[in-house]
Amino acid sequence: MSKNPTVELKLPILKNMELIATQTAEVVSKHMNLSEEKSGEISMAIIEACINAFEHSNSKEEIFIHFIISETSLTVKVIDQGVGFDATKVAIPDIDSKINTKERKRGWGVMLIKELMDYVHFTSDSSGTTLTMVKNKGQKDE
Amino acid sequence: MSKILNTEESNGLVIISTQGYLNKDLGEEIQSVANEFIEKGTTKFLINLSQSNIVNSIGASIMIELIETLQEIDGDLSFCELAPIIEKTFNIMGLTKYCKTFKSQSEAIEALG
Repeated sequence: MSKNPTVELKLPILKNMELIATQTAEVVSKHMNLSEEKSGEISMAIIEACINAFEHSNSKEEIFIHFIISETSLTVKVIDQGVGFDATKVAIPDIDSKINTKERKRGWGVMLIKELMDYVHFTSDSSGTTLTMVKNKGQKDE
Repeated sequence: MSKILNTEESNGLVIISTQGYLNKDLGEEIQSVANEFIEKGTTKFLINLSQSNIVNSIGASIMIELIETLQEIDGDLSFCELAPIIEKTFNIMGLTKYCKTFKSQSEAIEALG
């Protein structure tokens, strides 16, 4: 069985480095003939995943991003070497409870990733977190 | 990389046009410029995002803060010329429940002016 083509990035935790990942996502999406809509959704999900890894992993180590290309889907893995977290304890944000209250306005990343991608899974322990996100190809993407 | 390209005022409506990534820095720049006009009495703002094709949730959260500020003075925040992924992100977050979006700046001026 042949191995799926994979693009691997290593990003230092520096301001706006997530844009390097979105540029790579655009090239990979184009290679896979994904629609502009899907390409934008993948880029947005990657931005949020990188920001979460940069801000919440409490790590100064680089993050790794793997783009795994298959006939039917693109899998993106965002891997940090931080302290880990429990994805089940991430509150679902609601703008109605944030507007005109003292509630923090931020905290949208996980929700956006789940809305924008077809499959999302976190594995996390005290040595780091791996976020696996999948965008399926549709009939229009052939 | 990202910046405010132009700010103009017409008939009580302030139009802020941006370029590049709507992230924390650009969000805070918009907020700062808007606050200067709010202090002078302006209550209606239109953000033209025609040259900003990418956003993150931190930049969008700062727009929520601006909406909140404007609600306190009975003001309005609107956006025009949003890239599809920015419009989708604002919809998912619910921003579009609290602000108007327009396809073009001229359409927005006609509706808001």
